[in-house]
Amino acid sequence: MRALLSVSLALAAFTAAAANERPVPPRPGLDFQSAETRQMQSDDGANPGMLWVEQGAALWRRVEGPEQRACASCHKSAADSMKGVAARYPGVDAASGALLNIEGRINQCRKQRMSVIAYPYESNELLALSAFVSYQSRGLPRKVAVDGPARPFFEAGRAFYNERQGQLNLACGQCHNDNWGKRLRGDVISQGQTDGWPAYRLEWQTLGSLHRRLRACSLGVRAEVLDYGAPEYLALELYLAWRGEGLPLTSPSVRR
Amino acid sequence: MDGNDSRQRRDAAMIDGAQVSRRSIVCGGLAFALVPALARPAQATPAEMADAIRELTGGTAVKPGRVKLVLPELAENGNIVSLAVTVDSPMTDADRVKSVHIFSEMNPVTTLVRFHVSPRAGKNPTLLTNIRLADSQRVTAIAAMGDGSFWSGETSVVVTIAACIDGG
Amino acid sequence: MPQPTRIVMPTSAKKGEVFQVKTIIQHEMESGFRRDNRGLAIPRHIITSFVVRYAGGEIFRADMFPGVAANPYFGFTTTAVETGEVVFTWTDDRGDVTTERRTITVA
Repeated sequence: MRALLSVSLALAAFTAAAANERPVPPRPGLDFQSAETRQMQSDDGANPGMLWVEQGAALWRRVEGPEQRACASCHKSAADSMKGVAARYPGVDAASGALLNIEGRINQCRKQRMSVIAYPYESNELLALSAFVSYQSRGLPRKVAVDGPARPFFEAGRAFYNERQGQLNLACGQCHNDNWGKRLRGDVISQGQTDGWPAYRLEWQTLGSLHRRLRACSLGVRAEVLDYGAPEYLALELYLAWRGEGLPLTSPSVRR
Repeated sequence: MDGNDSRQRRDAAMIDGAQVSRRSIVCGGLAFALVPALARPAQATPAEMADAIRELTGGTAVKPGRVKLVLPELAENGNIVSLAVTVDSPMTDADRVKSVHIFSEMNPVTTLVRFHVSPRAGKNPTLLTNIRLADSQRVTAIAAMGDGSFWSGETSVVVTIAACIDGG
Repeated sequence: MPQPTRIVMPTSAKKGEVFQVKTIIQHEMESGFRRDNRGLAIPRHIITSFVVRYAGGEIFRADMFPGVAANPYFGFTTTAVETGEVVFTWTDDRGDVTTERRTITVA
């Protein structure tokens, strides 16, 4: 009885903490963009991110390497096999125990199943394939596993999110939990949701990965800019996905 | 007039400078503070734009009207600014648009883009593209009509820089 | 080298109907006014011309300058005349040409 009580108390405490640390309701990144940027994202004929989705569709079918395989050799039609997949990522790979995001999964497939080299982060190919795979989950709600083998990664991501960093001594939440919806110079501070990534950023004039955006955050608070695919960013990616649970995926989105 | 213009531009640059230093405190690194100051290329002037327009029209007077130029009042980033231009014309043999020319008074190159419009474009054709704007400024669209007349529309855009930029 | 493109237009239309075409091509549109990390000027590399032909005639043309944003986007309208190919040609200042074709069925 006592054990049960303490378990339920702990559960209640966790639920309360979760309620506080997740913005309610979660609002997509699009809500914080200008009317023109929203218009550009919503029109598939004008959204420049669709360029990469189209390239991804071609790469999906491209046969490569000694195995003479394409993604489509195993996964067939992406519209069926990849539907909802990006909404569940990042996730723990059962065989290796590693936390993989979509980029990591694509490269793991390339190395292990296709016997070809991994695509570097921010290469046109990796952006195109990750955007193409994410696009198959467009409109589907995010739901990631944070328990079991994912738990340590999730806790690491949460700790990274809440840690004050850089010369500006800012934690992520000081902008994206405490002050979203308010103005920072000309911009409205977003919730820092990841529903739209990979995204076409006006500033970059190209599509970019979530890790590129996170690197920009690190730079912005003048903290150490970590490598693409760094364990810290991967763990953060998982935490952010959980934080925005239920938000429909919108990649490729357009961001200022 | 010219003196006034250049003083205004200097003032604008100083205001820019003040914003840059505040920006570097708020959200960003030293690199961003330096880039706009050092790397800004030579700009066209309203006089150069007037020259380019004269070259197009051969001195024919440009009448205001019939051209609706739509740009955001406030552009989130000058790298990519959505542009829509519509010309009132029935697109008949007697009354049609031949070309539409977009001019900037502050970009390094004053002509931004030229559209050549076919007689098959349909009534009141609308043309869409994305332009770059180096700075807050007035943008002018001039339509060259089949009868040799020129019509213009213009709009002003304030170009901002996002609070969180990374120069990459 | 041909560049990736995206073209959005109807696959069929009624004769005489005006339809919209939207195109994007991947290109950095390097303006020639930027400098690299060492302070050296990055040479200009832009698409200068975009031509669209259909049913025996040019239906749209754009002359581009450095003031066109990266990954050039255009939207325009044209009239459905006959069943046939719409041919899109982009040419950059190094002579690289990208050509795309789409068929429209006109009833």
